[in-house]
Amino acid sequence: MAPILEIQNLYKNYGPVEILKDINIAIEPGDFLVLVGPSGCGKSTLLNCIAGLEPISGGRLMIGGADMTDVSPKDRDIAMVFQSYALYPTMSVAKNITFGMKVRGVDQETQTRKLQEVASQLQIEQLLNRRPGQLSGGQRQRVAMGRALVRDPKLFLFDEPLSNLDAKLRVEMRSEIKKLHQTLGATMVYVTHDQIEAMTLATKIVVLKGGVIQQIGSPSEIYNRPANLFVADFMGSPAMNLIPAKARADGAGARIEIARSSGTPLVLIDEHAPALPEDVILGLRPEDIAEAGFRAGADVQDASCLIDMVEPAGADTYVVSELGGKPVTARLHSETVATPGEMLNLSIDMSKVSYFAPDSGQRLN
Amino acid sequence: MTDLAHPPARKSGAFGKIVLRWVLYILLGLFALYYLMPLFVMVTTSLKSLEEIRTGSLVALPREVTFDAWKTAWSGACTGIQCEGLRPYFWNSVLLAVPAVALSTFIGALNGYVVAQWRFPGANIIFSLMLFGCFIPFQVVLLPMARLLGLMGIAGTIPGLIFVHVIYGIGFTTLFFRNYYVSIPSELTKAAKVDGAGFFRIFWSIFLPLSLPIIVVTVIWQFTQIWNDFLFGVSFSQAGTQPVTVALNNIVNSTTGVKEYNVDMAAAIIAAAPTLLVYIVAGKYFIRGLTAGSVKG
Repeated sequence: MAPILEIQNLYKNYGPVEILKDINIAIEPGDFLVLVGPSGCGKSTLLNCIAGLEPISGGRLMIGGADMTDVSPKDRDIAMVFQSYALYPTMSVAKNITFGMKVRGVDQETQTRKLQEVASQLQIEQLLNRRPGQLSGGQRQRVAMGRALVRDPKLFLFDEPLSNLDAKLRVEMRSEIKKLHQTLGATMVYVTHDQIEAMTLATKIVVLKGGVIQQIGSPSEIYNRPANLFVADFMGSPAMNLIPAKARADGAGARIEIARSSGTPLVLIDEHAPALPEDVILGLRPEDIAEAGFRAGADVQDASCLIDMVEPAGADTYVVSELGGKPVTARLHSETVATPGEMLNLSIDMSKVSYFAPDSGQRLN
Repeated sequence: MTDLAHPPARKSGAFGKIVLRWVLYILLGLFALYYLMPLFVMVTTSLKSLEEIRTGSLVALPREVTFDAWKTAWSGACTGIQCEGLRPYFWNSVLLAVPAVALSTFIGALNGYVVAQWRFPGANIIFSLMLFGCFIPFQVVLLPMARLLGLMGIAGTIPGLIFVHVIYGIGFTTLFFRNYYVSIPSELTKAAKVDGAGFFRIFWSIFLPLSLPIIVVTVIWQFTQIWNDFLFGVSFSQAGTQPVTVALNNIVNSTTGVKEYNVDMAAAIIAAAPTLLVYIVAGKYFIRGLTAGSVKG
């Protein structure tokens, strides 16, 4: 199938400042694309470029196969939900939702029908005559979504729509957006700085930093095979452990030595390792370190570690010890007997290990 | 110790508060009286007969209330050689002020909307220049403006005066509306753009309905300025197109023997009445509008 949104070599400058550099993205109909990155990475600017609210400085932008680079927002067949919701304060909820149709000259009958459809879908029928000022945050959020839904556009754009809600409502609305995506089968582009939102919603994630794409991939690709140290550190909570280590070729694989405060280094054998430079950074997710005996497999190796800290978090217990001069977090089951200041036998799943070059930060395996 | 010492201290504190409050009220009352004094003298004098003014005291109440002076001021007092009172000039002022206020407010709203919400290169410079226009003294532009009005063929006419006041008002009205619109989130404009609305549609459907408080402020400000203006009125008008302020000056200054203080006072009150009325009717909106913050939505 032809991509519904295709961005080719997009550049965006404000005067001499480059905000976005050589952006290339293509998504299929029905995709849920999430643009994620720290604040100031250019993700909202990119969304505004897709919407046509910001002109682009170079490259091309296609929606539904048509070149939209210089087309005004109203002709791009898009709908957008804003962070502040941007509801028209003097109009009732119903008028807010139908404003776009009214501007386009859609007949009254269709307007009423679509309004009813969307209102029942979002369960806001009883709010239609209220003003935005009389609504709660969650209700405003729904109305903003309703305004987008009546359009039935090729592309839905969301600019951090949940960041103004409290934590509980945010989780609720998150699953509602996900449900909406599944029932409508619509294509969505979603901007967030929250990596959990990105992981839970996306079918495809773009990680941005400083206006440059760091990695594009499915949530599992981004999570399990981060392309560089930035992505590894940014995605996942608690973050991936990044441990400085020395690598030496050993038969078909590699022998990895990690310095320990006790003096004797921890030695791990990775039989599937590619050719590695001497200095590497070992990336290990907290859940790939388990208590000895709880993880089986050919690549699981034991390591005895001095425990510095134990953090029970309900479902899991996080255990911190020091490896290679860095605190290393392991996610253990809640009944663990780990005690601070004592040794604990941990097992490390070497099949899940990522290697990064310390200087460039790029992934090596 | 502190527990025992506390209650009496509180009692004397309460007493001090009451005294302070009374002092405050008395002071405020005195100031109010002081400010109301001229108005009181004007009103009472206008209701006295000339005879009574000559014999009685300035601050005394009229012994016999008569509205003759008001009648004369409205339709009989002489401005130079004509003796038709303030009436024709009052209507001149209405014909001048209403369109000038409406036009300058509308243009200011449009300007403010552009400067605040449709940022373009140089927007700040243009806004600063308009702001600069607020601080040019009237006297500086008298001669060039007279020349311009002559070239445009509207010298000495009411449209000419409207033109002058609109031009002079745009600086202030733009400032008012710009500062109001700048507090409206730009996402509102973006949302409307995505919804398909254009420049004027967004202005009419979204910004103007939000603008009532600032429109009230601007209208009061502009109306007061234009109605009370004397310099432009006296410079750019001719017989028959003079505004009420100029006529008032002429009535007061054209004496025929006796100085008719009661007529002068009545004329002054008539000339000032519209601006007073505007403040009394819309005054509370004025304060509200000046302090109105951003719009939540």
